[in-house]
Amino acid sequence: MTVAVEFSSVSRHFGAVRAVDGVSLQIAEGAFFAMLGPSGSGKTTCLRLISGFEKPTAGVIRIFGEDVSDVPPNRRNVNTVFQDYALFPHMNVADNVAYGLMVKGVGRAERLRRAEEMLAVVKLDEYGGRKPGQLSGGQRQRVALARALVNEPRVLLLDEPLGALDLKLREAMQDELKALQQRLGITFVFVTHDQHEALSMADSLAVFNEGKIAQIGTPEEVYARPATRFVADFVGSSNVLPPDMTQRIGGPAAWSSLRPEALRLAPAEGAALAGPVTALRYLGAGTRVQISTGSTEVAAFVPAGQPLPLPGQNVGFAFDAADLHVMDRA
Amino acid sequence: MHSERASLGLQIAAIGGLLFLHLPILLIFLYAFTVEERTYQFPPPGLTTEWFAVAWNRADIWPPLYLSLKVAAVSTVLALVLGTLVAGAMARSRFFGREQISLLIILPIALPGVITGMSLRSAFAIMEIPFSVWTIILGHATFCIVIVYNNAVARMRRLSGGLMEASADLGANAFQTFRYVLLPNLGSALLAGCMLAFALSFDEVIVTTFTAGQQSTLPIWMLNELVRPRQRPVTNVVAIVVFAVTFVPILLAYYLTRGGSETAGGGK
Amino acid sequence: MSAVLASRGLGDRLTGLFWRRPNLLLLLLISPPLIWLGLVYLGSLAALLVQSFYSIDEFSGVVVPEFTLRTYAELFNPANMDIIIRTLLMSASVTVGCAVLAFPIAYYAARFARGHWKAAFYLGVMLPLWSSYLVKVYAWKLILAKEGIIGWAAGATGTTPILEAVLAIPGIGGNSLSTSFLGTWMVFVYVWLPYMILPMQASLERVPVSMLEASADLGATRGQTFRTVTLPLALPGVIAGSIFTFSLTMGDYIIPQIIGTSARFIGQAVFQLQGTAGNIPLAAAFAVVPILIMLVYLALARRAGAFDAL
Repeated sequence: MTVAVEFSSVSRHFGAVRAVDGVSLQIAEGAFFAMLGPSGSGKTTCLRLISGFEKPTAGVIRIFGEDVSDVPPNRRNVNTVFQDYALFPHMNVADNVAYGLMVKGVGRAERLRRAEEMLAVVKLDEYGGRKPGQLSGGQRQRVALARALVNEPRVLLLDEPLGALDLKLREAMQDELKALQQRLGITFVFVTHDQHEALSMADSLAVFNEGKIAQIGTPEEVYARPATRFVADFVGSSNVLPPDMTQRIGGPAAWSSLRPEALRLAPAEGAALAGPVTALRYLGAGTRVQISTGSTEVAAFVPAGQPLPLPGQNVGFAFDAADLHVMDRA
Repeated sequence: MHSERASLGLQIAAIGGLLFLHLPILLIFLYAFTVEERTYQFPPPGLTTEWFAVAWNRADIWPPLYLSLKVAAVSTVLALVLGTLVAGAMARSRFFGREQISLLIILPIALPGVITGMSLRSAFAIMEIPFSVWTIILGHATFCIVIVYNNAVARMRRLSGGLMEASADLGANAFQTFRYVLLPNLGSALLAGCMLAFALSFDEVIVTTFTAGQQSTLPIWMLNELVRPRQRPVTNVVAIVVFAVTFVPILLAYYLTRGGSETAGGGK
Repeated sequence: MSAVLASRGLGDRLTGLFWRRPNLLLLLLISPPLIWLGLVYLGSLAALLVQSFYSIDEFSGVVVPEFTLRTYAELFNPANMDIIIRTLLMSASVTVGCAVLAFPIAYYAARFARGHWKAAFYLGVMLPLWSSYLVKVYAWKLILAKEGIIGWAAGATGTTPILEAVLAIPGIGGNSLSTSFLGTWMVFVYVWLPYMILPMQASLERVPVSMLEASADLGATRGQTFRTVTLPLALPGVIAGSIFTFSLTMGDYIIPQIIGTSARFIGQAVFQLQGTAGNIPLAAAFAVVPILIMLVYLALARRAGAFDAL
């Protein structure tokens, strides 16, 4: 495996604030890598460290093996799709896309031809003559994508690429981005606070919390085997159980997590988890049933079509022992 | 309050105030056509266009006009460079002494011209610098910096910082980013700043009287004519020229920066 | 292709340098203007101060470059004190005149003007502000001359006796309006009026409409709302504007030279002393007076919160 991007104990402090705090990670070439975390968790700073807009306070960043500590952004063969797209308002779409080639000295005819090709890839062939101000949000995003990809970067960085789009467009773009990445084989690194986006698009992801990486793994690993309480809670809103409760339901005295979909409704008597129903939330494909077990609230996902308990009714939850995930770290 | 209309008295006072600001200037135009050359008799006893030809042929008007244009042009270029540089430094960075620098930029125009003029005069006296075109330019460029600065810094603040990063990200070096991204977006604001600076310099008289020595700029020529009038309508013709040379750039500057929070002139 | 692009010459090398040392770029940007302003402007202000502590040899008329307070003491001569007090009185009355005239314009523009009218008002104030100072002064020479438009209008409407009565008032009157303090005052008010309107309008625009509505809801009449809500909230703008009108009047010497009596103002004193009289030290000391007054004025204005309206 070739490593596209490597962080070795990288920190970035702003005064007393430790935006990125001792992060080490490796992103494989050709990966679709997500940096997931709440705002202020350090994921965007990590992205800016790769592009060169931030410099590490400590640690080393390598891109395809080369230490980039001394390399300014313009000489990194890495391109970014900015959150607000940052299209040049005074240039038309074709010139925007051709910009990277222009500053590298590619002739006008040649760079416009390649810009046109790249616009076709993002399905905007007819839009070269327009100004960015005349485009919709989704179209602007495609222009930003084309503008970055035309440079044939070794790594493409995407900062909350779908954040400004409405839901329907967002889902369509998710599929397109994924298809594009697979077709071009370029390493994609994208930052998002949306766990669904990260899980559905990435083939590997890092969960950030307070400047540190809480967990790195495939979406399946992170979802099914969260390493920390934070990950369990942030990715997929798992039931996080304290050590005493884990012990009571047959596990070791450690924090554990149980996915709501792993829980089934059962009679209250004899169930490991039981209590009165405190909330019912209809989610379309099913219903989220929450019970109070005294100290902790636990939720189960009940697929549509199954009978539902009434609020206040005493019910129990059953599960397979294999689904109880005990976390190594607190 | 939105539905409420202004009272008649307020309307009259407001419109009257605006007329008060504009009508006197119109008189300049009227008096350029009067046949009476020794007094300011109103209404003019007769009208003529001969003064424009007389003014054209007056040899004493041309050198001051050239000098004023030269001073204004050089001062504007200097102010453009210095004002843009300082705006570039001040637009985004926070650094120690920033407030003091912004005060220093504004001071030359905030303090009365007599102080700026007298200060320069004192310095020339101490350093025994003889009066020249450059002593005039020194003063003009100094108070024009703030005009360019005001226009440039407002536009830079409005310009998304992401654009410069995007340019660097796409491989442009600092100079290419300046040339292809910053300058095109800054251009109209800089042009507006230049026009205002030019107008301000072309018209300036107070500081100039301290830094010109025996030289005459057009405003100094006019001032002398006001104190010791010769052919009064000729002065009016020159006044119209001065008015036009300052008025047109101001109007252009307004249209160049319209629609932004930075509309030109707010900082004079 | 490599992950790091090759450097292509000086531009790239400098870019790298600026990236590694962001303060270097800042320093490069700010140095030329700072050196200019520091040397030319602050240097000159310092020279002004230095000169004001020199004196002039009474017999030879040569500047004696030795520290003395004698020149400042000269300011306290009755004749010189007259000049200073006259200037202060004029600055104060011009400020009041500007405030009174500016208010309806600023109030209307801030409260009632919308759309095109708003733009028209803005341009209507901005254009006179920026148009040629000398042309504006000259226009008033035409208006105020004895044979000029005001004299003509007075004659045409039969109000000449009123005009003459006004001109006969001792202290502010004179032979004609163009040779009276009243005339000087009118021109000052005219020329500096836009400097009062703009900050006043800015602070009036900051008075929230909801606050006026609240006042009306609580039963205040229009007059009460105006006095108890609008005026106090507009005050910072008035003070901000007064900084300009006061300072500009104090430092002007062209207007009283062209329109007014032979009695001098600070600006005239400075100009004549440095020019024909060749007494640069006293001229410098005179120029320091407005600086000191404005420093006090600014300190008071800051306390009144006027800087938010600028």
